[in-house]
Amino acid sequence: MTNAGTTVAPADAPAPAVRLPRRRGIELALIVLAVLLSVYGYCDVGLAKNGTVPPGAAGYGAGLGVLALLAHCAVRIRAPYADPLLLPIGVLLNGLGLVLIYRLDLETPGARAAPAQLVWSTVGVALFIVIVLALRDHRVLQRYAYVCVAAALVLLTLPIFFPAVNGARIWIRIAGFSIQPGEFAKVLLAVFFAAYLAANRNALAYAGRRIWRLQLPTGRVLGPIVAIWLISVGVLILERDLGTSLLFFGLFVVLLYVATGRTGWIAVGLLLASLGAVAVGWLEPHVHSRVEDWLHPFASIEAGQGPNQLAQSLFSFAAGGILGTGLGLGHSILIGFAAKSDFILATAGEELGLAGLSAIFLLYGLLVERGYRAGLSLRDPFGRLLAVGLASIVALQVFVIAGGVTGLIPLTGMAMPFLAQGGSSVVTNWAIVALLIRVSDSARSQYDGEAAP
Amino acid sequence: MTRYIRYAAVFCALLLASLLVNATRIQVFQARSYDDNAANRRHNIAVYSRPRGDILVGGRPVTGSRDTGEQLRYERTYKDGPLYAPVTGFASQEYGTTFLEHAGDEILSGTDPMLTPFPLWNDLTRAQNSGGDVVTTLDRAAQEAAYTGLGGRKGAVAAIEPSTGRILALVSTPSYDPAVLSGNNAAVGRSWSRLNADVDKPMLNRAVRQTYPPGSTFKVVTAAAALDAGVITDLDAPTDSPAPYTLPGTTTSLTNASDGCEDLSLREAFKWSCNTVFAKLGVSVGVGDMTATAQAFGFNDTGLRIPYAAAESTFDTSLDKAQLALSSIGQYNTRATPLQMAMVAAAVANGGQVRSPYLVERTTTDDGDTVATAGSRPVRQAMHPSTAVRLKELMEQVVTEGTGTNAAIPGATVGGKTGTAQHGIGNSGTPYAWFVSWAKGDRDMEAKVAVAVVVEDAEADRGEISGGGDAAPIARAVMEAVLNS
Repeated sequence: MTNAGTTVAPADAPAPAVRLPRRRGIELALIVLAVLLSVYGYCDVGLAKNGTVPPGAAGYGAGLGVLALLAHCAVRIRAPYADPLLLPIGVLLNGLGLVLIYRLDLETPGARAAPAQLVWSTVGVALFIVIVLALRDHRVLQRYAYVCVAAALVLLTLPIFFPAVNGARIWIRIAGFSIQPGEFAKVLLAVFFAAYLAANRNALAYAGRRIWRLQLPTGRVLGPIVAIWLISVGVLILERDLGTSLLFFGLFVVLLYVATGRTGWIAVGLLLASLGAVAVGWLEPHVHSRVEDWLHPFASIEAGQGPNQLAQSLFSFAAGGILGTGLGLGHSILIGFAAKSDFILATAGEELGLAGLSAIFLLYGLLVERGYRAGLSLRDPFGRLLAVGLASIVALQVFVIAGGVTGLIPLTGMAMPFLAQGGSSVVTNWAIVALLIRVSDSARSQYDGEAAP
Repeated sequence: MTRYIRYAAVFCALLLASLLVNATRIQVFQARSYDDNAANRRHNIAVYSRPRGDILVGGRPVTGSRDTGEQLRYERTYKDGPLYAPVTGFASQEYGTTFLEHAGDEILSGTDPMLTPFPLWNDLTRAQNSGGDVVTTLDRAAQEAAYTGLGGRKGAVAAIEPSTGRILALVSTPSYDPAVLSGNNAAVGRSWSRLNADVDKPMLNRAVRQTYPPGSTFKVVTAAAALDAGVITDLDAPTDSPAPYTLPGTTTSLTNASDGCEDLSLREAFKWSCNTVFAKLGVSVGVGDMTATAQAFGFNDTGLRIPYAAAESTFDTSLDKAQLALSSIGQYNTRATPLQMAMVAAAVANGGQVRSPYLVERTTTDDGDTVATAGSRPVRQAMHPSTAVRLKELMEQVVTEGTGTNAAIPGATVGGKTGTAQHGIGNSGTPYAWFVSWAKGDRDMEAKVAVAVVVEDAEADRGEISGGGDAAPIARAVMEAVLNS
């Protein structure tokens, strides 16, 4: 990947007929706004809790600002045509996540998570810069599809050899750091799916037998992809990480549909998903209890055992109402375990209210939309599938965890992109944004004034 | 492929829309039901997030708040907790609130909308009111005199101002310190179990929540009924009463504690507390008039609130003559709270009018601005004013020359009535010593205080523990405290 710059075939890129505006100034202005908003939130927490601006406010602002500016410079140098919204949205969500974690740290003085999260954010931005600087053309990744899938499988398998934490075997511990390898595997699998489907989409769409109205592809084409999908999902069920399992499945179905246009795939996918969900929900006690909690969030209260996490989460959202209690003034810490990670959104919902929560949802929506737009404006199938895949990862992940903590769907543990405590997640999301930046830069710099095909 | 990407984008938009709709459902439409869920701690956290308002006696708080730094931040403290426990009750983070802490909870905790400067002001500013104060009618000196007077004995005292119904003293012993229940830690749970298991029931408010057979103090009511009904027209005319008196329709013979009750006039019978005379008098008055008078005094009233509910004092309404005879001397099913008997004495002193008793003078904001005042309380005519005048005379004679001389106060007119109530199966329990009285200073226009005292376990044999011996000195101390203040 590091020598990608030398392997790009310049002949592939036609000279742009129409130069689009680069919009780097807009990006810079939005980044400044994002950093200011985050610093404002940080100060607001301190004022609400202690009546003073927190002592680290300047350092926090400067740190976030420098990181954002470095990322911005990298984009200016190597991706001047990139979409100007992607980076500011990443900065704002990451900054807001740090504010929320810092705010919850005040309730748990014994277990501070914000400093570590800041370090991981730095690592994430560093990876972002490396990807933007080193990866000159996304099509290089296509060549490493099988390397990617091998790496993804290794990463997914690793945690099996480490002890389970809170019922899920998804962490590995190295030198005091907890790493969730499954997070990195998401991006690698997206790259592989995109590459493989781009190469084989015609075979998938048109070859094979037709049974009733379903066009089934030949086993030779479909075999590897189903095998890899089965392995990854199997590994995940062994590790009891249903959220990620659901995410992979959703990603697989979306990309398959986009690549082939066969609604039959959706039908088959949904059927398989429902069967799997019912079977797992029935057989696996861990999952079964999650489904029960979703159907009856207050069952534990009625049983006299006090509210469970989901009930506390619902109380949190309800307490926020439309405008929220204000940062630092809510009681989402009552959720207890995982308040800073899986349930971070409850803090946003309680303290920023429906208004703030909707704004956060819309920010994610915008991020996804920019990803899809980049996919639409590209012309190479791999790039299109990669952009759609990466954007879909964000969309599905937000839906699964946000729907879980608000009682829309059964709760499955997963990190809210950028907001939640968790180093691997932040680093992965910065990698996703970096790839989207790269893809959107390709899309807009190649724009020739015609509508995308 | 473009079309499929667009469809996939539409799918993502649907996911976003469902998240937004669901968030609106929870945060707007179902928010109220979640907020009101009993398992949601936010209400408690908010209530205890600021110091609780105080309960004031004589202008000084008898309560306080302590910052614990815990999640439920402020804890209740009490000055002289056992002395005021029957008034304040407790405010526990674990076990809720009782008595004034309960009745005034909205003011004290600051949630009463009347504490807000303007309607909807707090909804706009998200401010929370500081807890307001509850100003009681209690007289500090009277309260202390009653508590000291009861000492280690089991009993209760209720004192009210006859002309208004203001409660001046409300004491119940043995008492407890409500502060031990304030917090939410393990020690609080242990205190709760210990207090509830205690055979002496220290948390029982004997002054308003416990009824006793009133014994001879009920003869005030019987006399009022007899005078109002015209059964007696001349206080000094002999009543045609045998002694001992055989209860109508039975062979049971009713006797007196002292000799010489036969055919005594009402004046003398009241002075010496003759059971036989009053038992026969009650029968002569009849169930209808006896019940009417008793209910006019406040018996059989389930709705009395001071502002917390008082127990119902009872006078049975379906009685045969023998039962009526016993009921008329405060036995059988006749039961009264000390507060009710204080109301009886107050009615006599107040021209026959019963003022509904109350404990809260006014409520204020923490700055002292009045939120609400007690206002005028309902009045009920318990007996004819001329009957009240004659009963006053009878009660005065009890103190000047009868069974209640222990209650006499120099420089004041005092009227009283003793009582020694039997109870238990076959009247085997240690009798309750009663004293009800009122007092008017010589320079006062009207009676300043009416008081009822009951002592449960006066450890002595029956002759000596008549209300005059055990209860009257306590009543005198309370009355003196009020007259001197």
